[in-house]
Amino acid sequence: MNEAAASRSLVIEREMPHPAEKIWRALTQGALVEEWLMKNDFQPVVGHRFSFRSTPVPGWDGVINSEVLTIEPNSKLAYSWGTMGMMSVVTWTLTPTKAGTHVRMEQTGFPSETDAAYKGATYGWTKFIANMERVVGGLE
Amino acid sequence: MPQRITEARIDFTNLRLTTHNRMVMIPAMQAQVVTDHVFAALADPTRRAIFEHLARDGEQNVRALTARAGVSQPAVSKHLGILKHARLVSHRRAGRETHYSAQPQALKPMLDWMGMYTAFWHDRFDSLESLLGRMDQ
Repeated sequence: MNEAAASRSLVIEREMPHPAEKIWRALTQGALVEEWLMKNDFQPVVGHRFSFRSTPVPGWDGVINSEVLTIEPNSKLAYSWGTMGMMSVVTWTLTPTKAGTHVRMEQTGFPSETDAAYKGATYGWTKFIANMERVVGGLE
Repeated sequence: MPQRITEARIDFTNLRLTTHNRMVMIPAMQAQVVTDHVFAALADPTRRAIFEHLARDGEQNVRALTARAGVSQPAVSKHLGILKHARLVSHRRAGRETHYSAQPQALKPMLDWMGMYTAFWHDRFDSLESLLGRMDQ
């Protein structure tokens, strides 16, 4: 796989020199989330529907509609991320390390990826995208 | 003096949102219509397989595609119709045969969308780390 294809992955991981409990607060307390992400009415309750609000621009109301999908305190958080007709899922995973916490964010924009029926399918999205990156990359 | 610091922080927040809109949301919005068709067309694993097969092995007719797809010829034809609608596949008639080929450049808006979100989240990660640095334990 070429460099560009690898760097286009929607998995972003970073080691942070902070305990998981502290990062969890930054990910789940609305006022703190606003500081680094967007205005919101998030509540750490599975099934809670909320929105992220950014400054509206012509043609876009600045709203991202979300629903809390997973809450596992200090370890896993997932919410849907729907905007401009596109639905994706954002999943945060915190893993304690010696120096702090490994923070992993995965955004899947493809409904089939969350459908268990397609998990492990020959033509899974990850492989498909990797293959197609190569094909499209070859065009440029 | 504390007043000035507050003002600086407000400006910084607005700048971040503006950058966010300009860099991520507006291009994503422009790519949306095209991307939606592409996402919908590729949401089905059989269509992904057909598309990938065409992209890798070149032009094929329905018979050859059916032999590999594991579904009926009418089903393959229906899938090809959806792929054509999304402009992922084009066709060419030669006598009584129709040959289908992949148009992988139609994927570009989707890949661009992913690239823009990658940039967006890297920026948010920076902001998150900066916040963590300011927070108490």
